[in-house]
Amino acid sequence: MNPLAGIGGAVGALGRRALAGIARLGRATLFIARLVPSLGGAWKRARLIVQQLYMTGVLTFVIILVSGAFVGMILALQGYNTLVRYDAQSSLGLLVALALTRELGPVLTALLFAGRAGSALTAEIGLMKATEQLAGMEMMAVDPLLRVVAPRFWAGWIAVPLLAMIFTAVGIIGAYVVAVAVLGLDGGVFWSQMQAGVSVTNDVIGGLIKSVVFGFVISWIAVFEGYDAKPTSEGVSRATTRTVVSSSLAVLGLDFIMTAFMLRGL
Amino acid sequence: MQTKGTELAVGLFIVAGLLALTMLALKVGHFHVLGRGQTYQVTADFGNIGSLKPRAPVTAAGVRVGEVRHIALNPRSYRAVVTLRLLKRYRFPRDSSAAIDTAGLLGEQYVSLSPGGSRRYLKNGGKIRVTQSAIILEQVISQLLYKKAGHG
Amino acid sequence: MGRRGQEEAHGVDREPLITVRDVAFSRDGRAIFHDLDLTVMPGRVTVVMGGSGAGKTTLLSLIGGRLVPDAGEIRVAGENVPALSRRQLFALRRRMGMLFQSSALLTDLDVYENVAFPMREHTRLPERLIRDLVLMKLELVGLRGARRLYPAELSGGMARRVALARAIALDPLMVMYDEPFTGLDPISMGVIVKLIRDLNDALGMTSIIVTHDVAEACSIADDIYLLDNGRVSAHGTPAEMQKTTEPAVRQFMAGLPDGPVAFHYPARDYLADLQSAGHA
Repeated sequence: MNPLAGIGGAVGALGRRALAGIARLGRATLFIARLVPSLGGAWKRARLIVQQLYMTGVLTFVIILVSGAFVGMILALQGYNTLVRYDAQSSLGLLVALALTRELGPVLTALLFAGRAGSALTAEIGLMKATEQLAGMEMMAVDPLLRVVAPRFWAGWIAVPLLAMIFTAVGIIGAYVVAVAVLGLDGGVFWSQMQAGVSVTNDVIGGLIKSVVFGFVISWIAVFEGYDAKPTSEGVSRATTRTVVSSSLAVLGLDFIMTAFMLRGL
Repeated sequence: MQTKGTELAVGLFIVAGLLALTMLALKVGHFHVLGRGQTYQVTADFGNIGSLKPRAPVTAAGVRVGEVRHIALNPRSYRAVVTLRLLKRYRFPRDSSAAIDTAGLLGEQYVSLSPGGSRRYLKNGGKIRVTQSAIILEQVISQLLYKKAGHG
Repeated sequence: MGRRGQEEAHGVDREPLITVRDVAFSRDGRAIFHDLDLTVMPGRVTVVMGGSGAGKTTLLSLIGGRLVPDAGEIRVAGENVPALSRRQLFALRRRMGMLFQSSALLTDLDVYENVAFPMREHTRLPERLIRDLVLMKLELVGLRGARRLYPAELSGGMARRVALARAIALDPLMVMYDEPFTGLDPISMGVIVKLIRDLNDALGMTSIIVTHDVAEACSIADDIYLLDNGRVSAHGTPAEMQKTTEPAVRQFMAGLPDGPVAFHYPARDYLADLQSAGHA
C-alpha cells in the first residue's frame, strides 16, 4: 500500500466526517426553527407535558437525590482534608456551597439527565419513527412536532433546572451531615460562613441560569436525534449514543463559556 | 389511566424543586442588593490596594454596608481608583475616610469606612478624600528588618 | 365531512376521486416514477401492484402529501395535493385514512385510546359519544372485546384490524392500505380481505391498496394497476388482467421466476466470469 494514499484517504475520511457533523448541526438548527412555532401550542394540552414531566423528571428524581447527597458528602470530606491544613475548616460550608451552586449542581445534574432521560427521549422518538407512528400521526393530520416532540422538549427543559436545584440542596444537606456528624464541625459556623460568602444573585441565580441553558440544549439534542434517527434498530441505538455524547460535550463546553462570562462580573 | 397519580407525582416534583430553590435563596446564600435604586456609588483613591478585588465587602464598624464595584488605575496620578457601591440607607459624612484592611492575618481584603464629623453627606458620584492604603505584610516585615539592621 | 364524498360517489358523471398525471419523482438521484398516470374512481377498490421496490409505498406517500413530486399533478377530491399549504393538507388528510404495513399503532395507548385518538385530536365530541363511536368502529373489525389491550399484546392481524378501525374513525372519503396482506396467517388474511371489501361497500368509501399479493388483489379489486419501471405498465379489471397476453403482465400475475423481468441481475458472461478468477 502506498502510505501517501493511506494518509490521503484518512484526511478525506476526516473531511467527510467534519462535513457530516456540520450538516447535522445545520439540520438540528432547522429542526429547532420548525419546532419553535409548535412550542406555544403545546401548552394547550398541558396534560401531555405533565405526563412527560412524570416520565423524565420524576423518574430521574431518585438518581439525583442519591448522587446529590453523595457528591455533597464527598465534597465535605475532601474539602475538610485540604482546609484543615490552613486551619480554615470553618469555611467548609462556603466551599461546598459555592462548588455546588455554581458548578457541580447544574453540570452533574445535566450529565445525569442526559444519560438517564435524554437517551430515553431519543430512543422513544426514534422507535416511534421506526414503527411508523410518527408517519401515522402525520397521515391522521396530527402534527408529530406538536403532539410528540414539543411536550417532551418542554418537560426536559423544565425538569433540568428543578433537578439541579434539588441536587444542590441535597448536596449541601449531605455535606452538613458529614461536617457535623463525622468531622465534628460546628453547625452554626457551617451555615453562617456559607451565608456570608454565597450570593443569591450571583451564585444561586447564576447556577439556575446555567441549568436552564443545559435543560434547553439537552432536550433539543435528545428530541432532534430521535427525530433525525435512521428508522432502524441500529439507527435508533446510534442516535441514543449520540445524544449522550453530544449533550455531555455541549454541557461541558457551554459551562466553560458561561463560567467565563459570569466570573468576569455580571 | 393512572392520571391522578401522575399529576400528584409531578406536582410533588415541582414543589420539591421550588423548595430547594427557596432553601438555596434563604438558608444558603445572602441577597446582596444589586438594584441601582437602592445603592449609590462613591470613589476613593488609594496609593496601593494590595490584593483588593471587585465584589469585596465594604464595612463600617464591622457591618457590611456595600461592596467594591470597580477598580482602575488613574493614568495621571498612578493611584488606584476604587469605586464603591454603598447601600442608600447608610449615609456617610463627606469627610469620612476609607482604609483597606485584611480579615485576619492572611484573610481577604476589604474596605472599611470610618465616619467623619461633617454635617454634609457623600452623594452618588462623590469622592472619599482621606484614604489609607493596604498594608502589605512583606513591606512591613522588610521595613522592620532594615530598621533593626540600621540600629544594630 | 363525509357528505361531500357521498355526493361525489353518487355524482352523475362520476368524477375520479384521485387523479395522478405525468408524475415524476426521484429520491437520492434515483428515478422512482416518470410519467406516472393513474385514476381512482370513487366507491371502488383500486389495487396497485408491483414488485418489491417498484415504489408502491412511495405512491401512497405522494397521494397523502408526505412527499412532493418533481413534476406532475396529483389531485385528491379536487385539490392539487403538492400545491397545498400545510394547513390545507392537514384538512385534506382528515378525510383520508391510511393503514400502514406496520399498523403504526401508538404503543403508549391501549386499543380503545388508539381508535379514539383521531377523534380526540380533531373533534370536541363529549366523552360518551366518543365511547359509542369507538365501540362501533371496534365492533366493525370484531375487536370490541380487546379494547383494553395494548398494541404489544396484539397479534399482527389484530393490530392491523385495530389500525383499520382507527383509519375509519373519522369516516374518511378514502382509505389507503399499504401492503395489508403481508405477514399474516391465512385466516387473518381472509379476515382483512373481507373487512376491506365490506367496509368499502357498507360505508361508501373508496379504497386504494398497494400490494404484491396477486391472489388477494384479484379477489378484492375492482381495478388493478400494475407498476413496472416507474410507470403503469398495465391496468384493467382483474378479469382483463388475467386474460392479458402481454408477457410482462403474465409473468407477474402468474408469478413466473423468469420472463421479460429477468431472473438474473445484469452481469457479464458466466463462463468469462469464472475464467477470470482472482481478478474479481
